[in-house]
Amino acid sequence: MARMKFLCDADRCIECNACVTACKNEHEVPWGINRRRVVTINDGKPGERSISMACMHCTDAPCAAVCPVNCFYTTADGVVLHSKDLCIGCGYCFYACPFGAPQYPKVGNFGSRGKMDKCTYCAGGPEADGSKEEYEKYGANRLAEGKLPLCAEMCSTKSLLAGDGEIIAQIYKERVMKRGYGSGAWGWKTAYRETIES
Amino acid sequence: MASFGRFIRLAFGACALLLVIMAAPASTQQVNPTASSVKEQQLLQELNRIQGRVSIPDQRSGVLEQPQGREWREFRNVTLRWIGGVAIIGMLALLVIFYLTRGMVRLESGRSGRTIVRFTLFERFVHWMTATCFIILAISGLNITFGRPLLLPLIGFEAFSEWSQWAKYAHNYLSFPFTVGVVLIFLQWIAGNLPNKVDVAWIKRGGGIVGHDHPPAYRFNAGQKMIYWIVVIGGGLVAATGYELMFPFYVSGIEGMQMAQIIHSVVAVLFVAAMIAHIYIGTIGMEGAFEAMGSGEVDLNWAREHHSLWLDEQSGRTGPNDQKPQPVTAAAE
Repeated sequence: MARMKFLCDADRCIECNACVTACKNEHEVPWGINRRRVVTINDGKPGERSISMACMHCTDAPCAAVCPVNCFYTTADGVVLHSKDLCIGCGYCFYACPFGAPQYPKVGNFGSRGKMDKCTYCAGGPEADGSKEEYEKYGANRLAEGKLPLCAEMCSTKSLLAGDGEIIAQIYKERVMKRGYGSGAWGWKTAYRETIES
Repeated sequence: MASFGRFIRLAFGACALLLVIMAAPASTQQVNPTASSVKEQQLLQELNRIQGRVSIPDQRSGVLEQPQGREWREFRNVTLRWIGGVAIIGMLALLVIFYLTRGMVRLESGRSGRTIVRFTLFERFVHWMTATCFIILAISGLNITFGRPLLLPLIGFEAFSEWSQWAKYAHNYLSFPFTVGVVLIFLQWIAGNLPNKVDVAWIKRGGGIVGHDHPPAYRFNAGQKMIYWIVVIGGGLVAATGYELMFPFYVSGIEGMQMAQIIHSVVAVLFVAAMIAHIYIGTIGMEGAFEAMGSGEVDLNWAREHHSLWLDEQSGRTGPNDQKPQPVTAAAE
């Protein structure tokens, strides 16, 4: 089985935000929630970098570890998913997540945050693959259809890579070798406890 | 003419070729646009977080990475469970041992059959409102920390999630009457709970908890004053940090909320341990104590044994109406 990961090649990201838009549209993500966002560091200064970030589907995921009701599970592909039926909206995953992935539809409303929402790696949730219930709660299940996450699929500069960790790491390494530079796989050390030497 | 033209073309071609050859070393030396760019590990080492600008309305999502959640996870899953487990089970064990060795603290002089008002209806209402909220808050709070390893395996995912959902609502909404109760407790009993010299003597004699000693005390003895300040300070801390968590981002960012959760949970488990002792002494630990918060009236002999100076005050104020007070020296027996 593959171990699915995201990799954002920051030297290619042009901050077009198409991944953000594609994600929102594909899954009909509720208003106010962005499962993916593009962060620009040192904006307007020399050496500025943009990184597209969502849930990294961590190895030994902190969200899953701290969840009081144990609503998270990791699929055979290494994708970290959760059950909105079990989620109580306590906010603990959001304290633990290094990437700010968990979000709540009603943040700040007497602590009644609603069910947590985050990137599903386009893999839906515990409901039957492709079912209406699954779509309403978690969005499309592209993985079940044999497709990769839409954000990476439609990335215009192919900055955002999704797929088996080994393969996307290899693609990134080849790129770095060919062009002679690379600012590293952002978030990999935190999420997967490993980096890609470049 | 044609040959001249060819010569010119040749000359240009030669020049161009020369230029290309000369320029060749320059073009193989690629420009490295990352030379001055930000480095992930460097940013993390400097600030322990990476922040930038986002073009979506939610500006809080500008925080790209904050790995300190790892330490918080360690606290939440390991440290807190140890602190809570040792404090609560330790307190229960101490009380069981104490009860088995000392037993209930009896009224030594028996019941006089006459009573004196100790707590008014309003005082008791405040106490029981706060106490009811506290018990529900404590159980629903402990569920968040200990429910997953202890209760979830017993009742299963669906039932545990359903129960935890309601427990969370109760926890959030009962925090309001609890906070009101803590404020009222602070105000209504502050006068009797300022430490004084009598407390020093009371503590030196161990509160009379061992043996049959009855050190004198005013309305509240040093032990009760401790409970009072635990409620006021502990209650204030859990309320303040709890509201910070209930209203995310109003007070602080994620680090502040992690810190708030740490303070909230540590204070709360110690608070629970202290309240277990309070419940013990107010029920099976001491004869005649529960009536103070039950009916609001205590037996005169109970007052004499445990709050002699208070009884003197009360007798002086109300006069020897129906009961001749025992000599004051009785307190120092």
